[in-house]
Amino acid sequence: MNLEENFQQKVDDEIKIEPKDWMPEKYRQTLIRQISQHAHSEIVGMLPEGNWITRAPSLRRKAILIAKVQDEAGHGLYLYSAAETLGISRDEMYDQLHTGKAKYSSIFNYPTLTWADIGAIGWLVDGAAILNQIPLCRTSFGPYARAMVRVCKEESFHQRQGFELLLTLSQGTEAQKKMCQDAINRWWWPSLMMFGPNDDASPHTAQSMKWKIKRFTNDELRQKFIDMIAEQVKVLNMTLPDDELKWNEERKHYDFGKINWEEFWQVVGGNGPCNKQRLDARKNAWADGEWVREAATAYAEKKLAKQTTNAA
Amino acid sequence: MITIRKFYYGDYGESKLDSSSDNETSSSPSGVGGEWPLWEVFIRSKQGLDHKHAGSLHAADATMAIENARDVYTRRMEGISIWVVESKHIHASNPDDADALYDPANDKAYRHPTFYNLPDAVKHM
Ligand SMILES: [Fe+2]
Ligand SMILES: [Fe+2]
Repeated sequence: MNLEENFQQKVDDEIKIEPKDWMPEKYRQTLIRQISQHAHSEIVGMLPEGNWITRAPSLRRKAILIAKVQDEAGHGLYLYSAAETLGISRDEMYDQLHTGKAKYSSIFNYPTLTWADIGAIGWLVDGAAILNQIPLCRTSFGPYARAMVRVCKEESFHQRQGFELLLTLSQGTEAQKKMCQDAINRWWWPSLMMFGPNDDASPHTAQSMKWKIKRFTNDELRQKFIDMIAEQVKVLNMTLPDDELKWNEERKHYDFGKINWEEFWQVVGGNGPCNKQRLDARKNAWADGEWVREAATAYAEKKLAKQTTNAA
Repeated sequence: MITIRKFYYGDYGESKLDSSSDNETSSSPSGVGGEWPLWEVFIRSKQGLDHKHAGSLHAADATMAIENARDVYTRRMEGISIWVVESKHIHASNPDDADALYDPANDKAYRHPTFYNLPDAVKHM
């Protein structure tokens, strides 16, 4: 058995691949791309929600939102660390994000216009993310799988707090109900796009499935999400903005309308409502933090030198 | 012959490994290319249990590494004690040597209690 066959055998036998094990170069590259994009999404994902921390309507909601956004920072860190075990440095990944070479989930290029958007993000965006992430807990690369286990454990409160927020609005005044429905209307379609292009437009899926980097196809996960949300929305007494959405008894799934892929590719390509704003925020944070990074290094050096002289 | 080669916890590839051996003896706290060094975090989840590897993070020094580890790895009471060690100080065995290292353990069944056949009359053993 050659190296590649040996590798595939391990994957087939559900034996995790660890950083120092032999792996095909393409596998390494695919993982670096996928994990770093995932990490970038967690980090950029803090921006639309962070936008509402100072304006949360109560101390309770503010504490929850801060905790959630802090979790997302942690998710970014777990994932960056997992990617680093594949031989790419943290700075290299930041650089790829800042220069636009690396992508992040295009959902975060939409604006958060009202407080209800925070609920819609928790329910729909985190909800979609969870469906993507649960199978990744069993992905073939050990450090990625372990990071995802950690992420998934923390993720479940994110969706629940979002739903609870919307539920509160849905039982409120007419204006609050309207705000709730409006947020659902705006976030529904972009959430469906989070699962990525249709399977027939997704050429790398087969290879990723063979390597067990991916466990389900984009369309499988999207259908699962739609089936789940179409039921949950009834509890809110709200609707989803899709006239073609209806239960198909034969398929035992919900049928749904056409997704606007043209919009998806536009946003991926940099022409979404907030692409520039998001990227600028990240670039500025990195540039403004430079003196902090340098100062901390200088301080550590000074402390170390002191220790060495004391020891001598 | 068994050789234990030095690796980062993560696989940084041979070329970067070589330069890391100078790093180990030098006193500079900065990591690869001006990045804060990488630290491995070990957490004791409750009194009486071992510290277990939880993940890694970058920090300028040990104090910061512990503070950051507290913030990212113990937000939900996952731990009561934290160890951090700079990743460059972790020495690891090489997976290519796995056969040489662990195979000999296979043919020593007499190290296990089930190897010994005793009459049923013997109780509590
Ligand atoms: Fe997350
Ligand atoms: Fe989340």
